[in-house]
Amino acid sequence: MTNTAYIFDAVRTPRCKGKPDGNLHEVKSIDLGASLLRALQDRHKLDTSYVDDVVMGCCTPIGEQGSDVTKMIVQNAGWDDSVPGMQLDRFCASGLEAVNIAAQKVASGWEDLVVAGGVESMSRVPMGSNGGVMGGDAGFSIETGYVPQGIGADAIATLEGFSRSDVDHVAYTSQQRAALAQENGYFDKSVIAVTDRNGLTIAERDNFIKSTTTKEVLAQLKPSFEKFGQQGFNDILINKYHTLASINHVHTPGNSSGIVDGASAVLIGSQQAGQDLNLTPRGRIVATAVLATDPMLMLVGPAPAALKCLKKAGLKKSDIDLWEINEAFASVVLRYMKDLDLSYEQTNVCGGAIAMGHPLGATGGMLISVVLDELERRQLKRGMISLCVGGGMGISTIIERL
Amino acid sequence: MTDFNYQKDSDGIVTITMDMDGPVNAMNSEYRNAMDVAINRLKNEDGLTGVVIASAKKVFLAGGDLNEIYSMQPGQEQDFFNIAQTIKSQLRFFEKLPVPVVAAINGAAMGGGFEICLACNYRVAINDPKLRMALPEVTLGLLPGAGGIVRLVNMLGLQAALPYLMEAKALSTEKAIEAGILQATVDSPDELLPHAKQWILNNRNNPQASIQAWDTKGFKIPGGKADAPENNLFTTFAAAQLFKKTRGLLPAQNEILNVSVEAARVGFDAALVIESRSLTRLVMSPEAKNMMSTFFFQLNKLNAGASRPEGFDKSEVKKLGVIGAGMMGQGIAYSAAMAGIEVVLKDVSFEAALKGKQYSEKVLAKQVDRGRLTEESKANVLALITASNQDQDLNGCDLIVEAVFEDMALKHKISRSTEQYLQEEGVWASNTSTLPISMLAEGSQKPENFIGLHFFSPVDKMPLVEIICGDKTSDKTLAKAFDFVRKIKKTPIVVNDSPGFFTSRVIITYLDEGIRLLTEGINPVSVDNLGVAIGMPIGPLAIHDETALKLTQSIFNAWRDLGLESPIGDTSIMEGVLTTMIDENHRGGRQHGGGFYEYPQGETKYIWPELTTLYSNSDAEIVGEDIKDRLLFRPTIEALKCLQSGVLRASADGNIGSVMGIGAPTWTGGYIQWVNNFGLQRFIDRCRALEEKYGERFAVPQVVVDALESNSRL
Repeated sequence: MTNTAYIFDAVRTPRCKGKPDGNLHEVKSIDLGASLLRALQDRHKLDTSYVDDVVMGCCTPIGEQGSDVTKMIVQNAGWDDSVPGMQLDRFCASGLEAVNIAAQKVASGWEDLVVAGGVESMSRVPMGSNGGVMGGDAGFSIETGYVPQGIGADAIATLEGFSRSDVDHVAYTSQQRAALAQENGYFDKSVIAVTDRNGLTIAERDNFIKSTTTKEVLAQLKPSFEKFGQQGFNDILINKYHTLASINHVHTPGNSSGIVDGASAVLIGSQQAGQDLNLTPRGRIVATAVLATDPMLMLVGPAPAALKCLKKAGLKKSDIDLWEINEAFASVVLRYMKDLDLSYEQTNVCGGAIAMGHPLGATGGMLISVVLDELERRQLKRGMISLCVGGGMGISTIIERL
Repeated sequence: MTDFNYQKDSDGIVTITMDMDGPVNAMNSEYRNAMDVAINRLKNEDGLTGVVIASAKKVFLAGGDLNEIYSMQPGQEQDFFNIAQTIKSQLRFFEKLPVPVVAAINGAAMGGGFEICLACNYRVAINDPKLRMALPEVTLGLLPGAGGIVRLVNMLGLQAALPYLMEAKALSTEKAIEAGILQATVDSPDELLPHAKQWILNNRNNPQASIQAWDTKGFKIPGGKADAPENNLFTTFAAAQLFKKTRGLLPAQNEILNVSVEAARVGFDAALVIESRSLTRLVMSPEAKNMMSTFFFQLNKLNAGASRPEGFDKSEVKKLGVIGAGMMGQGIAYSAAMAGIEVVLKDVSFEAALKGKQYSEKVLAKQVDRGRLTEESKANVLALITASNQDQDLNGCDLIVEAVFEDMALKHKISRSTEQYLQEEGVWASNTSTLPISMLAEGSQKPENFIGLHFFSPVDKMPLVEIICGDKTSDKTLAKAFDFVRKIKKTPIVVNDSPGFFTSRVIITYLDEGIRLLTEGINPVSVDNLGVAIGMPIGPLAIHDETALKLTQSIFNAWRDLGLESPIGDTSIMEGVLTTMIDENHRGGRQHGGGFYEYPQGETKYIWPELTTLYSNSDAEIVGEDIKDRLLFRPTIEALKCLQSGVLRASADGNIGSVMGIGAPTWTGGYIQWVNNFGLQRFIDRCRALEEKYGERFAVPQVVVDALESNSRL
C-alpha cells in the first residue's frame, strides 16, 4: 500500500423508526445525508474543494434515493461544485463498502480525501421497493433456490441449535447495552441532531431503543417468518440442508434489526490531506475484505470475511479488541461469535441494530463511529466490523485507534 | 376573549358557532383558545352524533391573524411552529372524531377559514354568487399552514391542487362543487344548519361519513403519489415554470411547491409537520415581511383613505370629461364608464373621439365573448360614453381629465379654453406623467382646483393612479380626486409635485443605470438579464425600448425648456446615448422602428448588433452582484430621496406606487419597504461601497441614516 487511510472523523444521524410515524419520516434522504456533510464541514472548517469524492451506500436507490443520490447530497450540502458523489449498492454492506472503497482510494495514493457512509430513509423509500432479481425473477429463483433472508436467519438458528431464548437473549442484551451507552453519553460525540431549516430540532438522539423491554415481553412476540416458510421456502432450504427435519422460526420483530431512517459519514484521507487541512487522525483503516458464501443461507458471510480481513492485515484474532457484527438477526450474531470463538463481552459492546435499528445502506458507516468512539473511550487499539450481506456475501473492516 | 357558541341539540349534534370579538373571525390566539374549550367539551360529550362548525359573522373565517404573524421575529421560530402545530392538532381532532363533522359555510372562507372546511367530512355553503373560498396566503409571501396544502393535495391530487395553492385561485360555490371540494349548496341562510344536521342524521349508520379519505386504509391519492410517472414529469417542469415566473425570488411559491410534492410523498401527519416548518421559515423571511407590510397593511390603509385629507364629505363624479381620445384617454373613459360614470370623450375630430369610444366597445365585446358580461350591460356601459369634438359637450362636468400630448403650451391652451365648462367646484386634472402640475396650473383660473391624475398604461389593466398635488392644489380638490380614483376601483397614491413626480422619476433611474452599464462596456444582454434576475418584469434597455427612447429624450428636453433641473442628477451619459441612438442612428424605440433591440416581424427581438460595436468593452469587469445591486439600489435610493424631500408624503404611497406602477420586484414590497428588512446598517454599508466604486449617485440618503439613528422604520 502506498498510503495509510486515516479516519479523521465519523458521524451519524440519530436512528428513528422508519415508518410514517417515525421522527425522521418528514426528512428527505438528501437532507439526512447533507446534514452530516455540513456537520463534517463545520467540525473541521473543511475546505470542501479539497474533497476528492463522496461515496455513499444506499440499498433502495429508487425514487428520491434513485439516480446517484450521493451527488445530490453533495450539492444539497452546498459543497464546492468540484466535489463528485457516487452511490453504491452492496445490499446491507453498502455503508461499509463505501468506507472500504474510500480507504482503497486513499491507500492507492490516487485520492487524498474521501467521505464515505450511507443514507437510507426506510420510511420514505420502503425496503424492497426497488425490486430486483433476488425474489423478483421466478426463473432465477427456481434455478438458484431463492429463500428470503429472514428464513435464512431461522435456518442458521436451526442448524446451529440456537433456541428462541438464545436469540431473545441477544435481543435483550442489545437493548440493555444500547440503553446504557446512550444514557452514559457514549454516542454523543458522533450522533448529530437533525434540524429543520429554521434550526429547530427534529431528532436529537436514537429513539428506537426499547430500554424497558424484558425477556418476557420478547418471548411473547410472534415469529415473523413462519408463514413465509410454510409457503415452500422451508422446503427449498430442507432440500439442501437435508439433516433438518423442520425450520425453527425463532426470529421475531424483537430479535431482528429494526426498520429505521438514518445516515452516516466518515471522513477518510491521507497523511497529506491531514497536513494540508490541519486534520488530526482519530484512527486508520487497517484492512478490508469482502466475499460471498452460500446464497441460500445468505447470512453466514461475516465470519469468513473477518478471517480474510485478518489474514490480509497479518493479524490474529487476539489482536482485535472489539468485535462488531451487525445485528441483522440475532442468529447472525450468535453464529459469528461461534464461528470465531468470540466472547460476548468483546462483541457488540454498545448494543446494535436490534436495539437501534438498521438503516440498510447507512449502517456500515455508523458502525465505524460506534466502534471508534468505544475504542477511544476504553483506550483500546483495534476493532473488527462485519456485516452479513444479501446474496450470501460478507464484509469486514479492521480499524485501529490512533 | 369569548368562547365559541356551543349548542347541542336533541339529536346529539353539537353546533360550534364561531363569533369572535373582532369584526371577523380570524385564526388568532382567541380562536385557538376558543377551539380548545370547544374540543374539551366535545371530548366529554355523551351521545354525540355529529358536529357542525358554523360562523355568526358575515364571513365564515377570514384567515390567519396577520398582526400576530407579522410580529414574529427571528428567534421565535419554535413559538410560531408550536402555534401552527396547535391549530393543526385541533383540526386533526375533528378529523379523528368518530362522528361526522360538517362545515356550514355562510360566507367567505379565506385562508384558515377554508382550511377548517377542508378538515371537515362534509362542506355545505350558501348558494351566494359572491361567496368565495380561497387560499390567498401566497400573495403575502406565506403559505396555507393550517393543513391547507396537505389536505388539498390529498383531496384533489398534486396537479389539481396546485393552482389553488400557488396562484391563490379563488373558488365560487359552483366551481368548488365542480372541483369536488364543496359537496352541496343551499339557497338561503336559514337552510344552512338544517341541511348540515340532516346530512349528519342521514349518515348515522355510515361509518365512512366520519372518516377522511386519507385516513382510510388503502387510501390512494388522486393522480398518484409524487413518484408516479405523470407527477414526476409534472414536477420536473413545475419547478422550471415556477422559476420562469418568479426568478426564484419568491420563497412562498418555492415552499408551496416543495410542500405539495412532499404531501404527495410522505405520510399525512409528517406532511402536516413539513407544512408547519415551511410556514415558520416563510414567516421569518424578509420577503414575507415586505409583502405583508405593503400588500396588506399599507395597501389597506391607502385604499381606506390614509392619503385623503380629512374633513371633506365623500364626493361623487357624475359627469366626467376626458380630453384626448388617445390610448390614455380611451382607457380612462372606459374605466369611468365601467364604474357607472357618464363620460364625454372629446378629441379635436369626431372621428378621433369615436375611435376612442370604440376601444371600450372592443374591450367590452371581449368580456361578452368570455361570458363575463351580458350584451345588456355592455350596451349600458357604452351608452354612458359620448364621443364628441365640441367643447360645450363638457358642460357640467364635475371632473375633466386632460390626456393630450405632453406639451406645456398645448395643455395650457386647452385648460384655458375649456375649464369654463366645469361645474362651479369642478376639478381639472391633467394626466401628465412628467410635466410639473404647478406649472400646468398656471394656465388655470383656479389653480386650487387643479391636480394631476397620472394613469398608467394600459389604463383598464393597471390598478394604480398617481395623484399629484401642485403647490396650490387644495385639500378639497385632492379629496375629490381621491374619491374619483376609488370610485373607478383603482388604488390612489398621493405625491407632491416634482419633475417626474414619484413613479416616472424613479423608473428613469433604472433606465439610466442600464444605460450606464451599457456604456461601461457590459454586454447589453447581461444588463437586461440581470435586471430580470432582481425581479424586474423586464430589463432596463428592453423597457426603455417599450416606453421609447424618444420619449425620454423629449422629457429631458421639456424639463430643460421649462428651466427645470433633472431630479435624478447628472443625465449627461444617458442623454449622450439618446443622442447617439436617436439622432445619429434613428433608433427611437420599439414604436419608432427599433431601439436597443431589433424587432423583426414575427420573430424574437434581438439586440441591435451595432450596439455592441458602439459600447462593448471586453475589459469591462463588473461582477454580476454589483450589476444587480446597481439596478436595484438606484431606484431604491431615488424613492428614498422622494421620501426625504417630501415628494412622497408617506412610505406607503412609495411602496404601492413602485410595485403597482413601475414594476418594482414583488419580493421588495416596494422600493422603500425592502430596505427595512434588508437592515438599515447593511443598506448604508452597501450604498457606501457602491458609491466608492461607482459614484456619488449611490450616496446613502440621509433619511436612512436618520431612521437608523432614531431606531425607526422607513
